[in-house]
Amino acid sequence: MTATAVSTAPALPETDHRVRRRRSLAPGKRVPAARLVGPALLVVLWAVASAAGALDPGAIPAPWTVLDTGAHLWTDGTLPDDILTSLQRAGTGFVIGLTAGVVLALASGLSRTGEALIDGTVNLNRAIPTLGLIPLFILWLGIGETFKIAIIAIVVYIPIYLNTHAALSGIDSRFVELAEVQGLSRVRFIRQIVVPGALPGFFVGLRLGVTGSWLGLVVLEQINATSGLGYMMFQAQNYGQTDVILVGLVVYGIFGLVSDSTVRIIERRVLSWRRTLSN
Amino acid sequence: MAPHTEQLTRPAVQLRGLTRSFDGRTVLDGIDLDIPAGQFTALLGHSGSGKSTLLRAVAGLDHEVAGSGQLSAPERVSVVFQDSRLLPWRRVLDNVLLGLDGKEAVRKGREALAEVGLEGRERAWPNELSGGEAQRAALARSLVREPELLLADEPFGALDALTRIRMHGLLRELWERHRPSVLLVTHDVDEAIVLADRVLVLERGRIGLDLTIDRDAHARGEYRGRLLAALGVTEDVR
Repeated sequence: MTATAVSTAPALPETDHRVRRRRSLAPGKRVPAARLVGPALLVVLWAVASAAGALDPGAIPAPWTVLDTGAHLWTDGTLPDDILTSLQRAGTGFVIGLTAGVVLALASGLSRTGEALIDGTVNLNRAIPTLGLIPLFILWLGIGETFKIAIIAIVVYIPIYLNTHAALSGIDSRFVELAEVQGLSRVRFIRQIVVPGALPGFFVGLRLGVTGSWLGLVVLEQINATSGLGYMMFQAQNYGQTDVILVGLVVYGIFGLVSDSTVRIIERRVLSWRRTLSN
Repeated sequence: MAPHTEQLTRPAVQLRGLTRSFDGRTVLDGIDLDIPAGQFTALLGHSGSGKSTLLRAVAGLDHEVAGSGQLSAPERVSVVFQDSRLLPWRRVLDNVLLGLDGKEAVRKGREALAEVGLEGRERAWPNELSGGEAQRAALARSLVREPELLLADEPFGALDALTRIRMHGLLRELWERHRPSVLLVTHDVDEAIVLADRVLVLERGRIGLDLTIDRDAHARGEYRGRLLAALGVTEDVR
């Protein structure tokens, strides 16, 4: 810039000439597997504290002790049997609850009669804490497997029903009009518009249901059981075996994580049309 | 009269004393209207003048609306809405084919998409389309059923000005090729003049003006003035 230019043009502050970028308010790019950082850090802390002798091994055994006990229980003990029993209970209860939740939601979401009969009843059922039904169910069904599966099914069906029903009744009326214009039959309308439109809500319910099935299982197996993971932990409590209790907790945790991730993967595939929105 | 000549002369849409009211407020007040087969008709009116009510009545979408009168419309009717109304969970081609099936339908669906300039986007999700593309897909969906009557409820209202001009050209071109009767509801006077052969102005539930547009004439300005006057709009001429 020449001296004459400086003298003729009024001097402007530097920043007026530059395009200043706004500070981004978004949290920034996603780091892959970022979710695992927190739990991994926790395990490291646990290991370091145990190695340094800062933790009472009777209250919180070291991670390697838990792993050891786990391996021992797996090969010499009843751990595989206990896991299988627990999985069967949770699985059977879950499948029954899932079916009931979906069927009831469809019946209540697609017909006024169904809604009149079902919706209020389910909400009444929801108002009663399901675990409070345990004593009654033991009297009705005996203390065997049936009542456990029944309780898990109830814990599972409620969130699935509620979310699916809400999604069904929330179908955009403009799409209903479109179906009328296109001359869709009732069956096609349900298959091509109602069901796909309600799927996002259904998956919310499904994830809550999966978590619920494990929750129900833990409680049931600690109250009335002669086998299963909860029973194993309950016995360990009597003998002061904290490592066995921790093994049980780790297995429950793994089950919970795996089942939740599975549902999420299925959700992502089925609802792939939504991915374009979040990207 | 021989059946086929009767079909030729019978109007595609026939309304006699069509009355519709909401909560005792009369929206359509005894409308008599004939739309000849193959005619491109535009229906102008203020918001709340009942033009959408009329279109919905012809489309058979006015359930639970009180009313009387006679109405006859063809068997195959397609509707284009203001929003494209594509189902977000179906790919573009599947949206076009909604309610149809078979190989023949798929072929026609692809053809219709090509006709509206969406060739190659068959597998796209509606979320991935721009507003204009989505509305073109909606046009393809209505065309694929080879409608005798095409009802359009402010189909370009949500589009930007440039896209709208291109869509006007496309709609007119499609109409010239397929020749359905068209009833286009709009509040845009210029759009009505550019597209239609006949413009109706709906006012207080009745047809206030019925204007035939001579497309070769250079009297666009005059049409505009008359239509605006019928709508009660005075323009400041400087």
